[in-house]
Amino acid sequence: MLAGLSFDVAAGQALILRGPNGIGKTTLLRVLAGLQDPVAGTIDFPRDECAYASHADGIKSALTVQENLAFWADVYRNPVPATIWDQFDLASLRERFAGTLSAGQKRRVGLARLGVIGRKVLFLDEPTVSLDGFSVKLFSSFIRDVHLAAGGIAIIATHIDLGLDGAATLDLTPYAADKNSASSDSDEAFL
Amino acid sequence: MIALLRRDLRLATRAGGGFGLGLVFFLIVVVLVPFGVGPQTAILSQIASGILWVAALLAALLSLDRIFALDHEDGALALLATAPIPLEMVGVAKAVAHWLTTGLPLSIAAPVLGVLLQLQPSAYVFVAATLFLGTPALSMIGTFGAALTVGIRRGGLLLSLLVLPLYVPTLIFGAEAVRRGAQGLDAVTPLLMLAGITAGSFALLPFATAAVLRINLR
Repeated sequence: MLAGLSFDVAAGQALILRGPNGIGKTTLLRVLAGLQDPVAGTIDFPRDECAYASHADGIKSALTVQENLAFWADVYRNPVPATIWDQFDLASLRERFAGTLSAGQKRRVGLARLGVIGRKVLFLDEPTVSLDGFSVKLFSSFIRDVHLAAGGIAIIATHIDLGLDGAATLDLTPYAADKNSASSDSDEAFL
Repeated sequence: MIALLRRDLRLATRAGGGFGLGLVFFLIVVVLVPFGVGPQTAILSQIASGILWVAALLAALLSLDRIFALDHEDGALALLATAPIPLEMVGVAKAVAHWLTTGLPLSIAAPVLGVLLQLQPSAYVFVAATLFLGTPALSMIGTFGAALTVGIRRGGLLLSLLVLPLYVPTLIFGAEAVRRGAQGLDAVTPLLMLAGITAGSFALLPFATAAVLRINLR
């Protein structure tokens, strides 16, 4: 999908990925998160420090908001921080079943998961889909004031302006590889 | 891993979790067989152990496709793959959760339902023991099958076809142990084979499950 791409991100920095649909933003994030192997090239950072968030939130509709977040906190062996409820405006939704939430509210729970698991390097794929303007502000202030301020790194694929000052932007368009060349040597051809 | 197990058990017992599905299916089969076979107690008591085992196996098969499909649909599987739990342990947790919600209730219910099939009194303990020893293997093999078919929509048919041949040894040794036990013969060998299949599948299949999950998540 992409070729000749190289970048590094310092602690406390955010990198915004841009590019038209289908250019390979999701693929790049999945490769970085270790869900896919790169056809060529290397990734250099501690794998046990990263977390990935895709379009799908992994929120269980039969569990309450509180139970959903407690599960992920448990998996990552962290306590649920008490501040998380205000950061994502979820205090009034704590006891609601996730299945009864609207798409935007569900998305907020999915993003709150990132605050719960406490990983330093976040790979976010279109985190603001179905969020309203207020929630987008909540989200960008979480990334800027909580995550990046604590020395974290965020690599975000998005089409909107998140208002993260000082975030580097990387447009993937020039790195698009010739569609026919790369796929033939990956082992997917055998499957 | 304990967290995942607890969440799966909680999900299974909530509305729409499918906890009673296998058990009710088992109950229906066992209740219907005497009507189909006829009231001759001699025939019924002869086939009782086989019926109980086949019904338990099919009941376990019924809920297999839920093991990974729901987590795959809502994206939780990809998140679990990047979580600090190794995928092998995810497989084990899923299999144990499946066993606790199907295999264990089945092993407890089977001797009770044996009454309907004129099961010989000497066989009760063997039915419970073989199901208790054998159903964990059914859950683990099924988890592997579910991992193989996770990306496929309506993969249930393929899953059954893949898993059924793997279930045959468990069925043979399970039903054989009950038959021997009921007749007062030595049932140790089939019981040991059954335990061996369960131990072997839990030793090897988590790695196979993790490997196919990684391929399917790409």
